[in-house]
This record gives sequence, structure tokens and C-alpha cells, in this order.
Amino acid sequence: MVRTDAIAAAVHDCIVTAATTLRPDVVAALERAAVTETSSRGRAILAQLLDNACIASDDSVPLCQDTGTVWVRIELGSDEAIGGDLQVAIDGAVASAFRDHALRMSVAADALLDRANTGDNTPAFIDIVSRPGAGARVHVMLKGGGSDNASVVAMLDPGAGFEGVRDVVVAAVRAKGSSACPPLLVGVGVGSTFDRVGSLAKHALLRDIGPARDKRIAAFEAELLEAVNATGIGPGGLGGSTTALAVHIETAPCHIAAMPVAVNLGCCAVRSASVEL
Amino acid sequence: MREITLPASRTELATLRAGDEVALSGPVYTARDATHARLLEELELTGELPYGLSGQILFYAGPTPPAAGRPVGSVGPTTARRMDAFTPRLLAAGIAGAIGKGPRCDEVRAAFAEHGAVYFAAVGGSAALLAKHVTAAEPVAYGDLGTEALVRMTLDRFPVFVAIDPTGGDLYAQVAGV
Repeated sequence: MVRTDAIAAAVHDCIVTAATTLRPDVVAALERAAVTETSSRGRAILAQLLDNACIASDDSVPLCQDTGTVWVRIELGSDEAIGGDLQVAIDGAVASAFRDHALRMSVAADALLDRANTGDNTPAFIDIVSRPGAGARVHVMLKGGGSDNASVVAMLDPGAGFEGVRDVVVAAVRAKGSSACPPLLVGVGVGSTFDRVGSLAKHALLRDIGPARDKRIAAFEAELLEAVNATGIGPGGLGGSTTALAVHIETAPCHIAAMPVAVNLGCCAVRSASVEL
Repeated sequence: MREITLPASRTELATLRAGDEVALSGPVYTARDATHARLLEELELTGELPYGLSGQILFYAGPTPPAAGRPVGSVGPTTARRMDAFTPRLLAAGIAGAIGKGPRCDEVRAAFAEHGAVYFAAVGGSAALLAKHVTAAEPVAYGDLGTEALVRMTLDRFPVFVAIDPTGGDLYAQVAGV
């Protein structure tokens, strides 16, 4: 049995860490980009982003004023059950973390019918998936509006193949990448179903920056990164060779007629943290 | 880096060019989506900009609460494109410029040029650093909107780039090769 209060405590701690501490893999990627960036304005912006990470961590203030919606992914061991009301427990953790750590309340009560701010950044958006064995892993992402707004879902024909995916990714970055706070972490989901592929793309943002395990995916990621960086959008969208720090792809089974593709853009302050219970 | 003290005259703004690095000092007014809708309602009702906004700069931003002994914990630009529908009418009524991030539509670029106004881009994702350049934050109106309230922020050497200048020069368009 995984207790809801243990999950809530993990969510609380992950929110505070993610809001104020830039992921070490992102810091390292920004440091590498600060050396390779060809534009002097781009290099100055990358230096500003690295300074920002130090200030946020030293002063315990948010890396970005948009502390986002809270996305929680729970990978629940197949030997486990969850005792209690998970949504209530996690929403309690969100409300207290956002209030006690001076984060920004950024959730509207209803997208269409009531745009009033809920005042405590709830509800959280929760995904639960099963994994073999015992225990559970909790992932938390604070997703900013600017980068989520720049994301897309496309239902391609199976014949579109790698080239089709590539076109969707590059078009998404060209269309709105400069408003999504580049340099970006580009999350790509390919497969599953219309409703699931966005979650797959978001999940891709959780992976530490570095080569994928599957060599075919690693090669395709490298090719996409080159194509995205060739747009010249650059740091801050103000020009340069570093439009993205990495492209991460997750694939999944799908219908024989389908090839769902989603692109979820992560910003230069992509915020996530994970904990094993 | 150019130093500009706000509110700046149209004559001074006219000397800025897309791509210039500028440090802004003085008052700006935060306004996001919901704030813009309210400002437009008031403008249409009275025919004038409320709250002494004529000649002032809007900052498309919703800060986090005070922290680390500063008036706002973190504050940075939100996506300016969402304000495009409102911007030409606000510029025509006397707003002198805006701070945000990301490209604007052609009509908005033309409106900045027509009114001798400037669109400044701040670096998104650097809100902890930018908050160190905010020395005061005083609520002005719409407190019920929470982080979207109209707040007068005093800047001290706040770093920005000129994205659209009063001649219609557009840094984002240059970057996109348009």
C-alpha cells in the first residue's frame, strides 16, 4: 500500500525544489551552449539564464514567475494499491506548497465558463501508470503557460514516418518557439492515442538531457536538434544557434492506421523533480 | 547599454532601434490578459486611459508574491502575442510602450511605428534576476485579479532589448528572416 500522505509529501517537496532549483542537466547544457553559441547577444542571454539559476537557488525564489500548473505522474508498482483520495491529498500539497513558498497562483477555475483564479493553484493534473514490482515513483512538473501554449498534437498517417515527425517538430518550433522561452527542451511523443500522446511528449521532458538508450532514437533526436537549431531563433528568441538544448522523443504502440505525434515545448527554466517511494 | 529613465519622451524613444540593449529605470505598469480586458472596458466607457497610464509603459507580467526581502520574488515577461488584440487601441490612447516576450503581428508592429511607441523584449526564464531590478510594487487597480492586478512597478536598470522600434524595425522579424 502506498499511502496518499506519502505521495502528498513527495509532491510538496518536489514542487519547492523544482520551482527554485534549475535541474543540474539543464544547467550543464546551458553552460555548454554558452561556449558554442555563435551570437554575442545569444551568449549574453545564456549568461543571464545561468545567473538567474544562481540567484533563484541562493535566495530561494522561483526561477520563473510562472510557477505553472502542477502535473504529477505516478508510476505505481503492480504490487501496490493507493489508500485514500489521491486528488484531495495532492491538491492539499499543492495549495500548501504554493502558499508557504510564495509561488504564483496561475489556475483558472474553468477554461470556458469561469476564468476566476482558484486562488491556491489547484487542481493538480494527475496521471497514474502501472509499472512492475513494488513502490512508486512520483514525478512533478511545473508547466508554464507560454511553453504549453506553443505545443501541438498532430494525427499523421503511418506512411509519414520519420520525415513526418520531423516536419511537425520543426513547424511547432518555428510557429511559436520564440515565445516559449528558448533555449527549449523539446519533448516529442509518437504513438499511443490522440488523448495520450500529449502526456507522452510531456513525459519526454522528464528525462535528463543526454543520449537516448535506443540508438535509432538517439540518432533521430540529434538530427531533430540540428534542424531546430537551424531555425536561428536562438536564446530568448532574439537570434542565435541555440534554439534548443535537446530534443527528447518517447515512442509507444499505436493503432495500425495511426501515427499520433505531440510536441510539448519545455522552456529554458523547465522545472521537474522526481522521487522514489 | 543605453540607459532610459521612464516615463521617456517620444523624442527619446524615437532614438531607439531594434536590437539595442537598454536598461530601464522608473515606473511601469503590469498588465496581462484579464487586465487588458478591464483597461479596454474603462477606455471605451470614458474615452481616456484610466490610472494616469497615458505616456506610460505596460509590462506584460504577473509576479510571484514578495520574497527574499524584495517587493516581488520573481517577475518576467509573459507572451506578448496574447495582448495583440488590445494593443493598437491602447497605443492610440497614449500608451508609450510595452515589455513582453515573443513576436507581434503585423498590425501591432505598424501601430507601434504609427504612435512612436516601443516594444521591449525581456528574457523569459530569468525572473529571479529580473526581480532584483524591481525596487517597488504598488497595487493600482483590479486587486481581485490576483497576480493579474494592475501594479505600478519601479524598475532600476531593468535589462531589455528593443524588439520593435518607432520606425517599425522588428528584431523578431529580422531573426525569422522575414
